[in-house]
Amino acid sequence: MDLGLINGYAAVALLMTGLYIVLAYDNPIKRLIGLSIFQAAIFVLYISMGRIAGGTAPILAEGIERYSHPLPHVLILTAIVVGVAMLALGLALIVRIHEEYGSIDEQHILELEREPDA
Amino acid sequence: MSEHALLAIDAVLLIILLTTAIAIARQRNLFAAAMMTGLFSLTLACLFVLLDAMDVAFTEAAVGAGISTVLMLSALALTEYRDHPTSRGQHTLALLLCFAVGGLLMFAASEWPALGAPDTPVHQHPITAHYLEQSQQEIDLPNVVTSVLSSYRGYDTLGEVTVVFTAGLAVLILLLGVRRDNHEEDDA
Repeated sequence: MDLGLINGYAAVALLMTGLYIVLAYDNPIKRLIGLSIFQAAIFVLYISMGRIAGGTAPILAEGIERYSHPLPHVLILTAIVVGVAMLALGLALIVRIHEEYGSIDEQHILELEREPDA
Repeated sequence: MSEHALLAIDAVLLIILLTTAIAIARQRNLFAAAMMTGLFSLTLACLFVLLDAMDVAFTEAAVGAGISTVLMLSALALTEYRDHPTSRGQHTLALLLCFAVGGLLMFAASEWPALGAPDTPVHQHPITAHYLEQSQQEIDLPNVVTSVLSSYRGYDTLGEVTVVFTAGLAVLILLLGVRRDNHEEDDA
């Protein structure tokens, strides 16, 4: 196996872990953590693509010929900030749900909803 | 740094990342899981420094390891940090699904270009040379990432700011709405 491919494989493994957390747990905070890990997998994939062997960070300087590609870096910068905005919104919704029902457990809320006087 | 040394450090960091992710998945205490997310983000920032993405590493360390962890801890303080167990059937189904998706992607990943290969479409595209050779004259900034972020792809950044603004507004409405409702109940 070519050792240069490990970043791709690791990105897929991280993606699987994130997907598992999202699917296997009912707790919404845990699901948001899973989504963050899923996102991180994509970040690893993009940043790995931008790198070039023998290159350096894309800050122009005398005597340097090779730079890593700046565009994946820009896209991932945007993605990180948008990801945090999404996390904040998700957590605010969870706090609101907790205010309303006194619980954030999906099964528990569904039981509360089924009660006739609720 | 030689390519072999870099790949060795890269492998170690990836193993730490994966171990942390699996530990988060198995952790029942959400407080511990939130702290491990901070550790995960910090390791990710180290990986970005290794892969020559300094600006991304700064952002990940500040926003990912800092703000995200604080947000998560404050949400946990306002709600609860016990994770109720879910049924075994749901876990099995989740595992099956994620191995199906992961298997397909692993198959695809074997065809992806190796780390640092110079002959990939990413590095061969004419826009790469334009950004790296012309931005010094056109934008007059040594940091190409800043040039691309604020000028060449300025509309992207405008969109990003719009998203962040909207999300911030929505969070304020959601959380201030809670307080107003409580006051109305107090008056009644």
